[in-house]
Amino acid sequence: MTARKTTRKTTKTARKAARKTVDSAGRTPEQLLEAYRQMVRIRAFEDNANELYLQAKMPGLTHMSSGQEASAVGVCEALDERDKITSTHRGHGHCVARGATFRPMFCELLGKEEGYCHGKGGSMHIADQENGNLGANAIVGGSTGIATGAAFSAKYLGTGGVAVCFLGDGALGQGILYEVMNMAALWKLPVIYACENNQYGEYTHIDEMLAGNMLERARAFGIEAEEVDGQDLLAVMAAADRAVARARAGEGATFLALKTYRYFGHHVGDINRLLLPDQGGGGTLEGGARPDPALRRGPPREGHRHRGGAHRNRRGHQPGGGGGG
Amino acid sequence: MRTITFSQAVNEAIAEELRRDPTVFLWGEDVAEAGTPFKVLSGLVEEFGPERIIDTPISEPGFVGMAVGAALTGTRPIVDLMFGDFLFLVMDQLCNQAAKQSYMSGGKLKVPMVLRTNLGATRRSAAQHSQSLQALVAHIPGLKVALPSSPREAKGLLKSAVRDDNPVVIFEDKLMYQAKGPVPEPEEEELIPFGQANRLQEGEDLSLVATSSMVQVAEEAAEGLRAEGYSADVIDVRTLVPLDEDTILASVRKTGRVIVLDEGHQSYGATAEIASRIADKAFYHLDAPVTRFGAWDVPVPFSPALEDQTVPDVARTVERALQLIRGEVARA
Repeated sequence: MTARKTTRKTTKTARKAARKTVDSAGRTPEQLLEAYRQMVRIRAFEDNANELYLQAKMPGLTHMSSGQEASAVGVCEALDERDKITSTHRGHGHCVARGATFRPMFCELLGKEEGYCHGKGGSMHIADQENGNLGANAIVGGSTGIATGAAFSAKYLGTGGVAVCFLGDGALGQGILYEVMNMAALWKLPVIYACENNQYGEYTHIDEMLAGNMLERARAFGIEAEEVDGQDLLAVMAAADRAVARARAGEGATFLALKTYRYFGHHVGDINRLLLPDQGGGGTLEGGARPDPALRRGPPREGHRHRGGAHRNRRGHQPGGGGGG
Repeated sequence: MRTITFSQAVNEAIAEELRRDPTVFLWGEDVAEAGTPFKVLSGLVEEFGPERIIDTPISEPGFVGMAVGAALTGTRPIVDLMFGDFLFLVMDQLCNQAAKQSYMSGGKLKVPMVLRTNLGATRRSAAQHSQSLQALVAHIPGLKVALPSSPREAKGLLKSAVRDDNPVVIFEDKLMYQAKGPVPEPEEEELIPFGQANRLQEGEDLSLVATSSMVQVAEEAAEGLRAEGYSADVIDVRTLVPLDEDTILASVRKTGRVIVLDEGHQSYGATAEIASRIADKAFYHLDAPVTRFGAWDVPVPFSPALEDQTVPDVARTVERALQLIRGEVARA
């Protein structure tokens, strides 16, 4: 995935094709292109963070979300300013997708005062309140209660907001998830459990940790559950749109199982147990190709119009500000 | 001032705060129609409805965690944790989540939630319904800890807790729910501030520094000492976090002798922290070793004959106080 993909020369036929990529929610090609840019920005952020860490310029430890861009962006694109998210230890992507800017994020990673949390949180605890990000959480499953509680207060206060709980497949082992899903279902709370199934909980494969089918766990509570190709941005967006619509309509919670891939190990500098088949991992992608998240139906071709221009996305941030992917 | 029970005082505090602020709600197990097993919340659901007095499933980590999320997003939850012993179930949500959000976010996030729970043995409830775990939460930075010792304290401290922007754990003595005491009329609103200990009796010979259930023990022990011709300062600590060190130290500097009382286990307990601060900061004023009196380091036994031995009582407090005053403490 590179930024260059989005800037091919426009032709008449490509313009026609671009119009066809407008999704079911009526997004314009520009909006889709912006979503694509967000994915590129996440990759750029992670590449730079990785580099900083490997150069020993960054203290502590950090968890790369490279490979999981489409789940972060696809879900967050379905949200508006009323909505809240909670994130995980692998949370840089969620933070960017929700509209955070690079400088205070990097400052936070480096423990500096100018960081989002004045350097007190670090990589695993970035919170960006203004963009509705209630924070990354370094306890696996630790934010499932917070997200569900945020959904409760949205309903209690009548804000019309939705709360998204990003969690990894590893969090399916934590009991609190089932306690709060039970209450979310009982009280029809506007919450979306966005389970990024990168197939590894830390270093251990999901097959060794998960009995049965994860969708059935949610369905047991009467929660709508859907499996989605987490590498397909448009598919994630469409599923998130459906979940948000259900939540806003008072129809309650949704569980999204977003199958995705983690390109790095659990954290930078660890045993780097990669998932891809050509690297000895357990991934099953045909031909062993990198399953880079993409607009699977092709990027909108009209995107070049915004290249290098002063276009700002709807959150008011300059896109692509973090450098190339 | 009228006289009402501890239980009525708690109920009034919650009702007044619910009336004052629509973002306040309460949830927990059996809080609505049942009004809790102690009947502390009876009548609230009738006035405020099931939208604000909410029965939860028996899922303590779940509803404490959800209260954290609700508090982060514009509401002020009061959580009813039926027994203090259930704190062990909610440690991650209370100590890793509620306590740390504000600091970790550089002060951008706030968690204005109250966790109401209880303490106290001698109710014949055995080892898992009798613990006094205030030291456990006082150990975690980011949590405030309040320990009311009377109906008036229960009301005033709870109202302050609801208005605090930080998570507060308030321990009610479950044996005191039916105890009566003077409480100001509802129209004379009283908020008891955190971090201000309360001197209940003035004396010269000894300081009795006590929390919650042990304040009553200290007061009765002071009476026992009076019969022997001695007088004691009785200090109600009120809040372990923040701790009013100044009032405690001023008392000890005056009397030169102190017993610190708390119903939690003595080892590594609240008494240890307070005693340590006294030893650090009032050492040259002391005429006797700093003494503390907590519960035995055993799981609370069921048998009444055994259980009564495990927690501090008036007779043994008086006995220790006399030893200190008369210089009968063994010197190793």
